[in-house]
Amino acid sequence: MFFLSNGHLSAVWYSVLARSGYFDVKELATFRKLNTRLQGHPATAEGLPGIRIASGSLGQGLSVAIGAALAKKLNGDKSIIYSLHGDGELEEGQNWEAAMFAAAKKVDTIIATVDYNGKQIDGPVDEVMSLGNLKAKWEAFGWLVLEMNGNNIADILSVMTKAKEMTGKEKPIVILMKTEMGFGVDFMMGTHKWHGNAPNDEQTEKALAQLEETLGDY
Amino acid sequence: MKKYTVTGQKDTRSGFGEGLLEAGRKNPNVVALCADLIGSLKMDAFVKEFPERFFQTGIAEANMIGIAAGLTIGGKIPFTGTFANFSTGRVYDQIRQSVAYSNKNVKICASHAGLTLGEDGATHQILEDIGLMKGLPNMTVINTCDFNQTKAATIAIADHEGPVYLRFGRPKVPVFIPEDQKFIIGKALLLNEGKDVTIFATGHLVWKAIEAGEILAEKGIDAEIITSIPLNLWMFSPY
Repeated sequence: MFFLSNGHLSAVWYSVLARSGYFDVKELATFRKLNTRLQGHPATAEGLPGIRIASGSLGQGLSVAIGAALAKKLNGDKSIIYSLHGDGELEEGQNWEAAMFAAAKKVDTIIATVDYNGKQIDGPVDEVMSLGNLKAKWEAFGWLVLEMNGNNIADILSVMTKAKEMTGKEKPIVILMKTEMGFGVDFMMGTHKWHGNAPNDEQTEKALAQLEETLGDY
Repeated sequence: MKKYTVTGQKDTRSGFGEGLLEAGRKNPNVVALCADLIGSLKMDAFVKEFPERFFQTGIAEANMIGIAAGLTIGGKIPFTGTFANFSTGRVYDQIRQSVAYSNKNVKICASHAGLTLGEDGATHQILEDIGLMKGLPNMTVINTCDFNQTKAATIAIADHEGPVYLRFGRPKVPVFIPEDQKFIIGKALLLNEGKDVTIFATGHLVWKAIEAGEILAEKGIDAEIITSIPLNLWMFSPY
Protein backbone atom coordinates (compact mmCIF):
# COMPACT_ATOMS: atom_id res chain seq x y z
CA MET A 1 0.00 0.00 0.00
CA PHE A 2 1.35 3.44 -0.92
CA PHE A 3 0.57 6.91 0.38
CA LEU A 4 1.66 10.08 -1.38
CA SER A 5 2.10 12.64 1.36
CA ASN A 6 3.54 15.43 -0.83
CA GLY A 7 0.39 15.63 -2.92
CA HIS A 8 1.82 18.28 -5.22
CA LEU A 9 3.59 15.38 -6.99
CA SER A 10 0.14 14.51 -8.33
CA ALA A 11 1.20 14.71 -11.98
CA VAL A 12 3.79 11.98 -11.45
CA TRP A 13 1.40 9.95 -9.30
CA TYR A 14 -1.41 10.09 -11.84
CA SER A 15 1.01 9.13 -14.63
CA VAL A 16 2.19 6.10 -12.72
CA LEU A 17 -1.35 5.06 -11.82
CA ALA A 18 -2.57 5.42 -15.40
CA ARG A 19 0.35 3.50 -16.85
CA SER A 20 -0.14 0.81 -14.19
CA GLY A 21 -3.68 0.36 -15.48
CA TYR A 22 -5.74 2.11 -12.83
CA PHE A 23 -7.39 4.35 -15.41
CA ASP A 24 -7.03 5.30 -19.08
CA VAL A 25 -3.84 7.13 -20.01
CA LYS A 26 -5.93 9.49 -22.13
CA GLU A 27 -7.55 10.85 -18.96
CA LEU A 28 -4.19 12.41 -18.02
CA ALA A 29 -4.96 15.22 -20.48
CA THR A 30 -7.74 16.41 -18.13
CA PHE A 31 -5.26 17.18 -15.33
CA ARG A 32 -6.22 20.34 -13.38
CA LYS A 33 -9.09 21.12 -15.78
CA LEU A 34 -12.69 21.81 -14.78
CA ASN A 35 -14.72 18.64 -14.06
CA THR A 36 -11.59 16.51 -14.04
CA ARG A 37 -11.10 13.52 -11.73
CA LEU A 38 -7.43 14.52 -11.68
CA GLN A 39 -7.43 17.46 -9.29
CA GLY A 40 -4.26 19.48 -8.85
CA HIS A 41 -3.69 17.56 -5.63
CA PRO A 42 -5.00 14.00 -5.16
CA ALA A 43 -8.50 13.67 -3.76
CA THR A 44 -10.81 10.73 -3.14
CA ALA A 45 -14.03 12.62 -3.84
CA GLU A 46 -14.02 11.97 -7.59
CA GLY A 47 -13.62 8.22 -7.15
CA LEU A 48 -10.35 8.11 -9.06
CA PRO A 49 -8.99 4.55 -8.73
CA GLY A 50 -5.77 4.27 -6.76
CA ILE A 51 -6.27 7.30 -4.49
CA ARG A 52 -6.96 6.30 -0.88
CA ILE A 53 -6.74 9.67 0.82
CA ALA A 54 -6.56 13.32 -0.14
CA SER A 55 -3.19 15.01 0.19
CA GLY A 56 -1.75 18.37 -0.66
CA SER A 57 -1.71 20.08 2.69
CA LEU A 58 1.63 18.78 3.85
CA GLY A 59 2.79 16.72 6.78
CA GLN A 60 -0.23 14.44 7.11
CA GLY A 61 0.69 11.36 5.09
CA LEU A 62 3.04 9.67 7.55
CA SER A 63 0.33 9.61 10.22
CA VAL A 64 -2.10 8.08 7.74
CA ALA A 65 0.45 5.49 6.66
CA ILE A 66 1.00 4.54 10.30
CA GLY A 67 -2.74 4.13 10.82
CA ALA A 68 -2.96 1.85 7.81
CA ALA A 69 -0.02 -0.17 9.13
CA LEU A 70 -1.67 -0.53 12.55
CA ALA A 71 -4.88 -1.75 10.92
CA LYS A 72 -2.97 -4.30 8.88
CA LYS A 73 -1.30 -5.57 12.04
CA LEU A 74 -4.69 -6.00 13.74
CA ASN A 75 -5.89 -7.86 10.65
CA GLY A 76 -2.86 -10.18 10.72
CA ASP A 77 -1.58 -8.72 7.44
CA LYS A 78 2.20 -8.34 7.30
CA SER A 79 2.41 -6.46 4.00
CA ILE A 80 4.48 -3.29 3.83
CA ILE A 81 3.21 0.27 3.76
CA TYR A 82 5.16 2.75 1.61
CA SER A 83 4.97 6.52 1.79
CA LEU A 84 6.61 9.38 -0.08
CA HIS A 85 7.38 12.77 1.45
CA GLY A 86 8.99 15.99 0.35
CA ASP A 87 12.10 17.26 2.12
CA GLY A 88 10.60 20.73 2.53
CA GLU A 89 7.50 18.94 3.78
CA LEU A 90 9.50 17.68 6.76
CA GLU A 91 9.42 21.21 8.13
CA GLU A 92 5.81 20.46 9.14
CA GLY A 93 5.70 19.37 12.80
CA GLN A 94 3.15 16.61 12.36
CA ASN A 95 5.74 14.53 10.53
CA TRP A 96 7.78 14.39 13.71
CA GLU A 97 4.78 13.50 15.86
CA ALA A 98 4.30 10.57 13.50
CA ALA A 99 8.00 9.70 13.49
CA MET A 100 8.12 9.62 17.30
CA PHE A 101 5.03 7.43 17.42
CA ALA A 102 6.27 4.93 14.85
CA ALA A 103 9.51 4.34 16.70
CA ALA A 104 8.00 4.35 20.19
CA LYS A 105 5.26 1.90 19.21
CA LYS A 106 7.55 -0.20 16.99
CA VAL A 107 5.59 0.23 13.79
CA ASP A 108 8.03 -1.79 11.72
CA THR A 109 6.11 -2.45 8.51
CA ILE A 110 6.60 1.07 7.13
CA ILE A 111 9.11 2.25 4.54
CA ALA A 112 8.93 6.04 4.24
CA THR A 113 10.88 7.73 1.44
CA VAL A 114 11.96 11.36 1.39
CA ASP A 115 12.34 13.06 -1.98
CA TYR A 116 15.61 14.68 -0.91
CA ASN A 117 16.06 17.22 -3.72
CA GLY A 118 17.13 20.09 -1.49
CA LYS A 119 14.64 22.50 -2.99
CA GLN A 120 11.42 24.14 -1.93
CA ILE A 121 9.35 27.00 -3.34
CA ASP A 122 11.25 29.93 -1.88
CA GLY A 123 14.67 28.50 -2.71
CA PRO A 124 17.11 25.83 -1.54
CA VAL A 125 15.95 24.12 1.63
CA ASP A 126 19.28 25.00 3.26
CA GLU A 127 18.55 28.70 2.80
CA VAL A 128 14.79 28.69 3.50
CA MET A 129 14.66 26.44 6.57
CA SER A 130 17.58 24.07 6.86
CA LEU A 131 16.74 20.54 7.97
CA GLY A 132 20.26 20.19 9.34
CA ASN A 133 21.58 16.65 9.48
CA LEU A 134 18.46 14.85 8.30
CA LYS A 135 19.96 11.37 8.65
CA ALA A 136 20.92 12.08 12.25
CA LYS A 137 17.46 13.45 12.98
CA TRP A 138 15.67 10.33 11.78
CA GLU A 139 18.15 8.12 13.64
CA ALA A 140 17.64 10.16 16.79
CA PHE A 141 13.91 9.59 16.39
CA GLY A 142 14.57 5.86 16.37
CA TRP A 143 14.32 5.06 12.66
CA LEU A 144 16.62 2.99 10.47
CA VAL A 145 17.93 5.22 7.69
CA LEU A 146 18.95 4.17 4.19
CA GLU A 147 20.23 6.38 1.40
CA MET A 148 19.44 6.03 -2.26
CA ASN A 149 20.19 7.73 -5.58
CA GLY A 150 16.71 8.57 -6.82
CA ASN A 151 17.91 9.27 -10.34
CA ASN A 152 19.33 5.78 -10.79
CA ILE A 153 16.85 2.93 -11.20
CA ALA A 154 19.40 0.24 -10.41
CA ASP A 155 20.21 1.91 -7.09
CA ILE A 156 16.53 2.34 -6.30
CA LEU A 157 15.81 -1.34 -6.86
CA SER A 158 18.80 -2.40 -4.81
CA VAL A 159 18.04 -0.15 -1.83
CA MET A 160 14.31 -0.87 -1.87
CA THR A 161 15.06 -4.60 -1.77
CA LYS A 162 17.36 -4.04 1.20
CA ALA A 163 14.71 -1.91 2.92
CA LYS A 164 12.09 -4.62 2.55
CA GLU A 165 14.43 -7.11 4.19
CA MET A 166 14.83 -4.74 7.13
CA THR A 167 11.12 -4.55 7.95
CA GLY A 168 9.67 -6.51 10.85
CA LYS A 169 12.63 -5.78 13.11
CA GLU A 170 10.87 -3.39 15.51
CA LYS A 171 12.12 -0.20 13.85
CA PRO A 172 10.48 1.85 11.10
CA ILE A 173 12.54 2.56 8.00
CA VAL A 174 13.14 5.78 6.09
CA ILE A 175 14.99 6.14 2.81
CA LEU A 176 16.64 9.47 2.04
CA MET A 177 16.34 9.50 -1.73
CA LYS A 178 18.76 12.01 -3.23
CA THR A 179 17.27 13.42 -6.40
CA GLU A 180 18.01 16.32 -8.66
CA MET A 181 15.09 18.24 -10.07
CA GLY A 182 14.96 18.18 -13.84
CA PHE A 183 17.58 15.46 -14.00
CA GLY A 184 18.53 14.60 -17.58
CA VAL A 185 17.20 17.79 -19.16
CA ASP A 186 20.02 20.30 -19.59
CA PHE A 187 17.96 23.47 -19.26
CA MET A 188 16.03 22.18 -16.25
CA MET A 189 18.87 20.90 -14.11
CA GLY A 190 20.72 23.11 -11.66
CA THR A 191 18.20 25.94 -11.65
CA HIS A 192 15.26 26.80 -9.45
CA LYS A 193 13.00 28.17 -12.16
CA TRP A 194 11.27 24.91 -13.05
CA HIS A 195 9.96 24.18 -9.57
CA GLY A 196 6.24 24.54 -10.17
CA ASN A 197 6.63 25.92 -13.66
CA ALA A 198 5.24 23.93 -16.61
CA PRO A 199 7.14 23.81 -19.93
CA ASN A 200 5.34 24.96 -23.07
CA ASP A 201 4.98 22.66 -26.11
CA GLU A 202 8.34 23.62 -27.60
CA GLN A 203 10.19 23.21 -24.31
CA THR A 204 8.42 19.89 -23.69
CA GLU A 205 9.52 18.56 -27.06
CA LYS A 206 13.12 19.63 -26.42
CA ALA A 207 13.10 18.08 -22.95
CA LEU A 208 11.67 14.75 -24.04
CA ALA A 209 14.19 14.53 -26.84
CA GLN A 210 16.99 14.59 -24.27
CA LEU A 211 15.71 11.65 -22.23
CA GLU A 212 16.62 8.12 -23.15
CA GLU A 213 13.17 6.85 -22.36
CA THR A 214 10.24 8.99 -23.27
CA LEU A 215 6.77 7.65 -23.50
CA GLY A 216 5.35 10.21 -25.93
CA ASP A 217 1.87 8.75 -25.93
CA TYR A 218 -0.17 11.89 -25.46
CA MET B 1 -45.76 21.25 30.00
CA LYS B 2 -44.68 17.63 29.77
CA LYS B 3 -43.20 16.36 33.00
CA TYR B 4 -39.60 15.16 32.84
CA THR B 5 -38.15 13.18 35.71
CA VAL B 6 -34.52 13.59 36.60
CA THR B 7 -33.18 10.12 37.31
CA GLY B 8 -29.69 11.19 38.25
CA GLN B 9 -26.83 13.70 37.82
CA LYS B 10 -24.15 12.31 35.52
CA ASP B 11 -21.49 13.72 33.25
CA THR B 12 -22.15 13.18 29.56
CA ARG B 13 -18.50 12.16 29.03
CA SER B 14 -19.19 9.10 31.18
CA GLY B 15 -22.02 8.25 28.79
CA PHE B 16 -19.40 8.30 26.02
CA GLY B 17 -17.12 6.02 28.03
CA GLU B 18 -19.86 3.44 28.61
CA GLY B 19 -21.07 3.74 25.03
CA LEU B 20 -17.55 3.22 23.69
CA LEU B 21 -17.10 0.06 25.74
CA GLU B 22 -20.42 -1.33 24.52
CA ALA B 23 -19.65 -0.38 20.91
CA GLY B 24 -16.32 -2.13 21.28
CA ARG B 25 -17.95 -5.26 22.61
CA LYS B 26 -20.52 -5.26 19.78
CA ASN B 27 -18.06 -4.69 16.94
CA PRO B 28 -14.46 -5.99 16.90
CA ASN B 29 -13.52 -3.35 14.33
CA VAL B 30 -14.13 -0.53 16.81
CA VAL B 31 -10.78 0.86 17.94
CA ALA B 32 -9.92 3.90 20.06
CA LEU B 33 -7.21 6.53 20.26
CA CYS B 34 -6.42 9.12 22.91
CA ALA B 35 -3.96 11.99 23.31
CA ASP B 36 -2.92 11.63 26.97
CA LEU B 37 -6.43 12.11 28.40
CA ILE B 38 -7.77 8.59 28.98
CA GLY B 39 -9.17 9.38 32.42
CA SER B 40 -10.77 12.66 31.41
CA LEU B 41 -12.42 11.01 28.41
CA LYS B 42 -13.58 8.05 30.54
CA MET B 43 -11.93 5.66 28.11
CA ASP B 44 -10.34 3.57 30.91
CA ALA B 45 -12.82 0.72 30.65
CA PHE B 46 -12.27 0.34 26.90
CA VAL B 47 -8.49 0.49 27.31
CA LYS B 48 -8.62 -2.18 30.01
CA GLU B 49 -10.81 -4.57 28.05
CA PHE B 50 -9.33 -4.03 24.59
CA PRO B 51 -5.69 -3.00 25.06
CA GLU B 52 -4.67 -4.22 21.61
CA ARG B 53 -7.39 -2.05 20.06
CA PHE B 54 -6.32 1.12 21.81
CA PHE B 55 -3.63 3.55 20.62
CA GLN B 56 -2.13 6.17 22.90
CA THR B 57 -0.58 8.95 20.83
CA GLY B 58 0.55 11.19 23.64
CA ILE B 59 0.04 14.95 23.25
CA ALA B 60 -0.01 14.82 19.45
CA GLU B 61 -3.53 15.39 18.21
CA ALA B 62 -2.65 16.00 14.56
CA ASN B 63 -0.92 12.63 14.43
CA MET B 64 -3.90 11.07 16.21
CA ILE B 65 -6.34 12.29 13.55
CA GLY B 66 -4.09 11.10 10.73
CA ILE B 67 -3.61 7.67 12.31
CA ALA B 68 -7.39 7.39 12.77
CA ALA B 69 -7.89 8.14 9.07
CA GLY B 70 -5.34 5.48 8.15
CA LEU B 71 -6.97 2.91 10.43
CA THR B 72 -10.23 3.21 8.48
CA ILE B 73 -8.42 2.09 5.34
CA GLY B 74 -7.95 -1.27 7.04
CA GLY B 75 -11.67 -1.45 7.89
CA LYS B 76 -11.39 -0.22 11.47
CA ILE B 77 -13.86 2.17 13.12
CA PRO B 78 -11.68 4.57 15.12
CA PHE B 79 -13.01 6.71 17.99
CA THR B 80 -10.61 9.52 18.89
CA GLY B 81 -10.76 11.17 22.31
CA THR B 82 -9.52 14.50 23.60
CA PHE B 83 -10.94 17.86 24.69
CA ALA B 84 -13.22 19.62 22.22
CA ASN B 85 -10.81 22.50 21.56
CA PHE B 86 -7.97 20.06 20.77
CA SER B 87 -10.37 17.88 18.76
CA THR B 88 -11.30 20.65 16.35
CA GLY B 89 -9.57 24.01 16.32
CA ARG B 90 -6.16 22.53 16.85
CA VAL B 91 -6.46 19.94 14.08
CA TYR B 92 -8.92 21.54 11.70
CA ASP B 93 -6.83 21.01 8.56
CA GLN B 94 -6.07 17.41 9.48
CA ILE B 95 -9.79 16.73 9.87
CA ARG B 96 -10.60 18.70 6.73
CA GLN B 97 -8.19 16.86 4.43
CA SER B 98 -7.56 13.44 5.96
CA VAL B 99 -11.04 12.81 7.40
CA ALA B 100 -13.88 14.96 6.08
CA TYR B 101 -12.93 15.52 2.46
CA SER B 102 -11.51 12.01 2.20
CA ASN B 103 -14.74 10.71 3.77
CA LYS B 104 -13.01 8.48 6.28
CA ASN B 105 -15.08 6.63 8.90
CA VAL B 106 -13.54 8.39 11.90
CA LYS B 107 -15.58 9.27 15.01
CA ILE B 108 -14.09 12.39 16.60
CA CYS B 109 -15.29 12.32 20.20
CA ALA B 110 -14.82 15.56 22.06
CA SER B 111 -15.16 16.13 25.78
CA HIS B 112 -15.08 19.23 27.99
CA ALA B 113 -16.92 21.24 25.35
CA GLY B 114 -18.31 24.70 25.94
CA LEU B 115 -18.57 27.08 28.88
CA THR B 116 -19.68 24.29 31.23
CA LEU B 117 -16.03 23.29 31.37
CA GLY B 118 -15.73 26.03 33.96
CA GLU B 119 -12.59 26.61 35.96
CA ASP B 120 -10.04 25.68 33.26
CA GLY B 121 -10.91 28.98 31.61
CA ALA B 122 -11.35 30.35 28.12
CA THR B 123 -8.46 28.61 26.37
CA HIS B 124 -10.30 25.33 26.95
CA GLN B 125 -13.91 26.53 26.69
CA ILE B 126 -14.54 26.10 22.98
CA LEU B 127 -17.79 27.34 21.45
CA GLU B 128 -16.64 27.50 17.84
CA ASP B 129 -16.26 23.73 17.46
CA ILE B 130 -19.81 23.11 16.26
CA GLY B 131 -19.50 25.78 13.59
CA LEU B 132 -16.11 24.48 12.49
CA MET B 133 -17.32 20.92 12.08
CA LYS B 134 -20.67 21.83 10.48
CA GLY B 135 -18.94 23.40 7.52
CA LEU B 136 -16.96 20.29 6.58
CA PRO B 137 -18.24 17.98 3.84
CA ASN B 138 -19.42 14.52 4.93
CA MET B 139 -19.24 15.45 8.63
CA THR B 140 -22.16 14.59 10.91
CA VAL B 141 -22.23 16.75 14.05
CA ILE B 142 -23.89 15.51 17.25
CA ASN B 143 -24.22 17.49 20.50
CA THR B 144 -25.95 15.33 23.12
CA CYS B 145 -28.00 16.55 26.08
CA ASP B 146 -27.56 13.97 28.83
CA PHE B 147 -25.73 10.81 29.91
CA ASN B 148 -28.23 8.39 28.37
CA GLN B 149 -28.37 10.16 25.03
CA THR B 150 -24.59 10.38 24.86
CA LYS B 151 -24.23 6.67 25.50
CA ALA B 152 -26.87 5.84 22.88
CA ALA B 153 -25.29 8.22 20.36
CA THR B 154 -21.83 6.71 20.86
CA ILE B 155 -23.23 3.27 20.09
CA ALA B 156 -25.24 4.55 17.11
CA ILE B 157 -22.35 6.30 15.35
CA ALA B 158 -20.35 3.06 15.20
CA ASP B 159 -22.95 1.82 12.71
CA HIS B 160 -23.00 5.06 10.71
CA GLU B 161 -20.89 5.18 7.55
CA GLY B 162 -18.91 8.41 7.48
CA PRO B 163 -17.06 10.85 9.71
CA VAL B 164 -18.75 12.06 12.89
CA TYR B 165 -18.07 14.80 15.43
CA LEU B 166 -19.59 13.83 18.78
CA ARG B 167 -19.50 16.55 21.42
CA PHE B 168 -20.13 16.22 25.17
CA GLY B 169 -19.10 17.80 28.46
CA ARG B 170 -17.30 17.61 31.76
CA PRO B 171 -19.82 18.49 34.50
CA LYS B 172 -22.58 16.35 36.01
CA VAL B 173 -25.90 17.31 34.49
CA PRO B 174 -29.48 16.00 34.88
CA VAL B 175 -30.30 12.63 33.35
CA PHE B 176 -33.78 12.76 31.81
CA ILE B 177 -33.76 10.93 28.46
CA PRO B 178 -35.00 7.33 28.88
CA GLU B 179 -32.16 4.83 29.20
CA ASP B 180 -33.49 2.58 26.44
CA GLN B 181 -34.16 5.37 23.95
CA LYS B 182 -32.24 4.64 20.75
CA PHE B 183 -30.35 7.54 19.23
CA ILE B 184 -31.33 8.30 15.65
CA ILE B 185 -28.80 10.47 13.83
CA GLY B 186 -30.36 13.63 12.44
CA LYS B 187 -33.65 13.27 14.30
CA ALA B 188 -34.66 16.13 16.54
CA LEU B 189 -36.67 15.40 19.69
CA LEU B 190 -39.97 17.21 20.29
CA LEU B 191 -39.73 17.47 24.07
CA ASN B 192 -42.86 19.52 24.58
CA GLU B 193 -45.74 20.56 22.33
CA GLY B 194 -46.67 24.20 22.61
CA LYS B 195 -48.28 27.03 20.67
CA ASP B 196 -46.94 30.31 22.02
CA VAL B 197 -43.17 30.14 21.52
CA THR B 198 -40.60 27.64 20.22
CA ILE B 199 -37.36 27.00 22.05
CA PHE B 200 -34.60 25.15 20.19
CA ALA B 201 -31.83 23.87 22.43
CA THR B 202 -28.80 21.65 22.11
CA GLY B 203 -26.43 19.87 24.48
CA HIS B 204 -26.44 20.79 28.14
CA LEU B 205 -28.87 23.63 27.45
CA VAL B 206 -31.70 21.23 26.60
CA TRP B 207 -32.41 20.69 30.30
CA LYS B 208 -32.30 24.46 30.82
CA ALA B 209 -34.90 24.78 28.04
CA ILE B 210 -37.14 22.34 29.90
CA GLU B 211 -36.69 24.33 33.10
CA ALA B 212 -37.52 27.49 31.16
CA GLY B 213 -40.61 25.77 29.74
CA GLU B 214 -41.78 25.00 33.28
CA ILE B 215 -41.35 28.61 34.36
CA LEU B 216 -43.18 29.81 31.26
CA ALA B 217 -46.02 27.34 31.86
CA GLU B 218 -46.49 28.81 35.33
CA LYS B 219 -46.87 32.18 33.67
CA GLY B 220 -49.43 30.79 31.22
CA ILE B 221 -47.06 30.65 28.25
CA ASP B 222 -47.09 27.44 26.22
CA ALA B 223 -43.55 26.69 25.00
CA GLU B 224 -42.73 24.21 22.27
CA ILE B 225 -39.32 22.68 23.07
CA ILE B 226 -37.24 20.95 20.39
CA THR B 227 -33.67 19.67 20.47
CA SER B 228 -31.82 21.35 17.63
CA ILE B 229 -29.58 19.32 15.40
CA PRO B 230 -26.37 20.99 14.18
CA LEU B 231 -27.05 20.63 10.47
CA ASN B 232 -24.19 20.05 8.10
CA LEU B 233 -24.01 23.06 5.79
CA TRP B 234 -23.45 20.76 2.81
CA MET B 235 -26.80 19.02 3.18
CA PHE B 236 -28.23 21.39 0.60
CA SER B 237 -25.42 20.79 -1.91
CA PRO B 238 -25.88 18.67 -5.03
CA TYR B 239 -23.12 16.25 -3.99
